[in-house]
Amino acid sequence: MKKVTIFGLSLSLPLLVWQLLFFAFPLVFLVALSFWVVENYRMVPDFDSVNWTKMFSRGVFWDTYLRTLALAAGASVLVSILAFPCSYGIAFKLSANLRRLAIFLMVIPFFTSYLVRVYSWQIFLSDNGILNAAFGLVGAGPYTMLNTDFGTMTGYLTLCLPLVVLLQVFSLMFVDRTLIEAAHNLRCGRLRTVFLVIIPSARVGIVIAALFCFILTFGDFVSPLYLGGGKPPTLSIMITDTTKAGQQWPRAAVIAIVMIATLLAVAFSAIGYAYRKRA
Amino acid sequence: MNRNRLIDWGLRAYVVLAFAFVFAPIAASFVFSFNVDRFPSLPLGGFSLRWYEAIAEDPLVWEGLRNTMVVGICASVISTTLGFAAAYTDFRYRFFGKPVYLALALLPPTIPVVIMGLAMLAFLSRVNLSGEIHSVIISHVVMCSPFAMAIIRLRLSQMDPSLEAAAWNLGAGEWRALFHVIVPFARPAILAALFITMAVSFDEFAVAWFVSGLNETLPVRVLGFLQGQVSPRINAIGTIVFLTTMTLVILAQVLLMRRLGRVEEMPRTDEA
Repeated sequence: MKKVTIFGLSLSLPLLVWQLLFFAFPLVFLVALSFWVVENYRMVPDFDSVNWTKMFSRGVFWDTYLRTLALAAGASVLVSILAFPCSYGIAFKLSANLRRLAIFLMVIPFFTSYLVRVYSWQIFLSDNGILNAAFGLVGAGPYTMLNTDFGTMTGYLTLCLPLVVLLQVFSLMFVDRTLIEAAHNLRCGRLRTVFLVIIPSARVGIVIAALFCFILTFGDFVSPLYLGGGKPPTLSIMITDTTKAGQQWPRAAVIAIVMIATLLAVAFSAIGYAYRKRA
Repeated sequence: MNRNRLIDWGLRAYVVLAFAFVFAPIAASFVFSFNVDRFPSLPLGGFSLRWYEAIAEDPLVWEGLRNTMVVGICASVISTTLGFAAAYTDFRYRFFGKPVYLALALLPPTIPVVIMGLAMLAFLSRVNLSGEIHSVIISHVVMCSPFAMAIIRLRLSQMDPSLEAAAWNLGAGEWRALFHVIVPFARPAILAALFITMAVSFDEFAVAWFVSGLNETLPVRVLGFLQGQVSPRINAIGTIVFLTTMTLVILAQVLLMRRLGRVEEMPRTDEA
């Protein structure tokens, strides 16, 4: 019924063209690149599976893959659990004005230099840092916190907590209050109400929040490098090393494609789980 | 109701604790940027502006700042324009393949930045567009326009579509109706989108690091400092970056919130 107009096209096409050209195409190009070969430090277009077989036959690649997967999955669970009481408090225990303020404040760090915040954590966590100085005052420590998985997780928490809290708060705010009151009236205990009524009702938001946490941490190279020490590396660190040190871009492309495939698989199963009908 | 006050207060305390965790690194960066000691720790040394002086004398920092500003302004204007047009497309039209259109428009922030960086570097260097300031602008538009589109789309969803139809019936052409009805209605969201996209671009370090070559932006400079030895100069730069992005994000949020409360009266004010 509607005909295509110049007006419509000139509004709809610019972003489409831009994202096709500079977003979709580079990602597709990455697939082609993974079959190119490097000769005398120069990349040559080719159709050779050498990069794939080289990467897949390396034990260190699989170790790194599993490690990255474990770190991101662990972070998703940990951040979701740590965020939940905070989200619950914001959604149910604050006045409307305070809740708006809390959401307002949580949006800010999401857009505020992650890099500098990670550097700042170095000041807290280093051997002579603020936390160890504080521990020293009560006669404890010093503890090694920098360049450990604890450091990595602190960075992941910094990266993801604001977003996870926001998504959880939004899903908790839309939980039907009459359900909670019904549970109370039926003498369902506080904790049981949380686990049997509130969490199942807010499941979509909670799972999506955990998924975002997984996506962000799986691809992050800053925390594992500057707070976790980078040894052993994660896949993202491997990509930066492989790209920056020399011309092994085709191999970095292999890692990138494996990462995207993993993210797609995780995203689809998480979304499937989130929207699955309750048994 | 079995309300237990102790648990209520415990939860509120936990909320405060979470905010403390989120804002502690920002606060620490601010405090230590004025601390005289080279190796930041407690107790604090004396007050000093030496780290600000150090960065003010660093020509690389000034160049980074200049690049960041150019990239931020260009990326925010282009991505807000593209985002507005796409949001309007989604608001008004239904067409074949729309889910794909929306996916292309909104997906970039979910792709890990290292992968974006590698893909952009490989592609842009193939077409001889890498290593320049415009390479960073191109990539940042890809990453920022979804935010602009989402913000403006939310605002348009509060608008009654019959307003635009009324303008057409009164004889306004499509372009005129767009600029006299839609744009004024979406103005707060357009401004908010400008600020948010500028903040996103201002903070983006990974893709910029891959594609910028020698034209480093300020966050890429910070990354360089991080790879070197400990230096409170990062705190000084960080404080400036924090203040800038926080101002942008706060402005954007205030714009969006203030107008949200006045949805009802908007149609009348925009009629003229």
